[in-house]
Amino acid sequence: MINLVHNEMLKIVRRKKLVYVALIIAVLVSLFTYAQFKEIERRIERVGSIDWRTTLQQQIIDTQNRLTSSGISEEWKGQLSLRIQQQQYYLDHNVNPMEPGAPTFTRTFAENSITLFLPLMVMVIAADLVSSERSAGTIKLLLTRPVKRWKILLSKYVALILSVSIIIFMYGFLSYMISGIVFGYQGWSAPILTGFTSEAGELITSSAQMIPQWQYLFMEFSLVWFVAVIVGTITFMLSVLIRSTPVGMGVMLAALISGAILSNMVSSWETAKYFFMINLDLTAYLAGNAPPIEGMTLGFSLVVLTISGLVAILISFIVFIKQDVY
Amino acid sequence: MSEVTLSVKNLRKAIGKREIIKGVNFELKRGEVFGFLGPNGAGKTTTIRMLVGLIKPTSGSIEICGYNVVTDFTKAMSYLGCIVENPEMYSYLSGWENLQHFARMLPKVDQNHIEEVVNLVRLQERIHDPVKTYSLGMRQRLGIAQALLGKPSLLILDEPTNGLDPMGIREMRSFIRYLAETEGLTVLVSSHLLSEIQLMCDRVAIITKGEIIKVDSVDNLLTLQERLIWKVCPIEKAEVILSKYTNVTKSGDEELITPFIEGETALWNKSLIENGVEVKEMNRKLPALEDLFLEMTGGESVD
Repeated sequence: MINLVHNEMLKIVRRKKLVYVALIIAVLVSLFTYAQFKEIERRIERVGSIDWRTTLQQQIIDTQNRLTSSGISEEWKGQLSLRIQQQQYYLDHNVNPMEPGAPTFTRTFAENSITLFLPLMVMVIAADLVSSERSAGTIKLLLTRPVKRWKILLSKYVALILSVSIIIFMYGFLSYMISGIVFGYQGWSAPILTGFTSEAGELITSSAQMIPQWQYLFMEFSLVWFVAVIVGTITFMLSVLIRSTPVGMGVMLAALISGAILSNMVSSWETAKYFFMINLDLTAYLAGNAPPIEGMTLGFSLVVLTISGLVAILISFIVFIKQDVY
Repeated sequence: MSEVTLSVKNLRKAIGKREIIKGVNFELKRGEVFGFLGPNGAGKTTTIRMLVGLIKPTSGSIEICGYNVVTDFTKAMSYLGCIVENPEMYSYLSGWENLQHFARMLPKVDQNHIEEVVNLVRLQERIHDPVKTYSLGMRQRLGIAQALLGKPSLLILDEPTNGLDPMGIREMRSFIRYLAETEGLTVLVSSHLLSEIQLMCDRVAIITKGEIIKVDSVDNLLTLQERLIWKVCPIEKAEVILSKYTNVTKSGDEELITPFIEGETALWNKSLIENGVEVKEMNRKLPALEDLFLEMTGGESVD
């Protein structure tokens, strides 16, 4: 089995696929880093060159004043004290909240690319894993070895999971290293607010808490990895089912884009929440953004994605094992 | 030398309601080169794909060295080397890497054996170049090297000379004979080229429309149909005399055709002469497999 996975990894690496993915990520990260840098420059220009520490101190005092005033709900109080803690951290650690470090950049970049950009990168690897063997005719050589078909497909799937993991790692690594050149590498332990949920259109802050950024990043990248694996699995299935790689890619791309569009307009179509592509934005739950459809939770999305992935694997294996190869 | 390496019994394949292979039977023995001859679309490739496990038969059984291809796939495949249609390899890898790739899929093949195989197909000089720079002949040879990696008992080659130049075809032919005679492999070769089969095979199966219409040794097939053409005068009288001994067909105004039977035709000739028939010409004709084929398949196109 290790030999088979070795073969599959060799084929991915020797076609320079991971290099291309790394290059694309590097270019995009540089692009966004520059954009962010410009944005910060503009903001500083507008606010003026007032020392940010003074501003922050003033804000903390304001918030403390509001806390002591009466007629304010317990929940709101909790919320405000969290904010003070956060601002105090920035002050204590000499971090300008307007100038994010590399970890913050990495965090927001991952948040923004979980539904489209990262799945796209995964597709580069997954879309032709099986279909390319088919169109090149090498599948005939693979399937006439003294190796059972399910083992061959499994080795390809394992290679896919490995590659996805490498991509996610490269993704985090590259965006941290490149953005750090401009923003600095500080901010691993900056406090991040999480745990908001929204119910009936209202933000529930009762379970909100503050966690250090490294912990948040860890959680976030676990979710990103999970989404990438599921997208990879579904693309993998299409690669088994559809002979032509471009068509398979087209189908997957259509699904992803329709997911992005539907997320913005399906709030009244409740059953749409069972589509896998509506459930890709897992990091939004972490950040506390409202889900596209009422009643969707992190747990719900995880279940929908897991089931989609399992069904895709099942279909892939059944078809691959039964299929006549012409 | 009579070990059976491949046995095919009542093999059938239906796609939907249409039966494309209609009960194929044959056996291959160790050390023989067996030809699989038929026009395009006769079911050669479909049959071969069933033999190598790419397509599942609808019914019937295929055994390679006693192991059923469907129920005992891994064991059966370990005795088999094959090229199905073109020898497609990973063009972005070198020949050597391709062989290593396939060697990793076999139960223990060491580097020395890969080298041996490379030398056998005479690719040692270019083996570390990327396959995309190979000529068709070299790819074909790499394909054979790949098929030989697992030290198979049975080699199945689908159209092995397809696309090769005359030199390449000759090389391939002698290589296949070498494998059968010296290495003791059983080789199954399919082709739509009759001359090919005639030159390289011991036995041949003629397949058309999904059925094998004849399995016999190439020599037998040819002598069986060897004919004698008589140019005689007067022709009517000769016909009467000859039909006492054998089947006679008239061809044109002055020719009679009878089978050629060693030792008897001289007697027929004697009888003709004694009865006052003038024998102008006796012409023994060896038919090419081609004629035979056309005769058997009812003139279906062969190219």
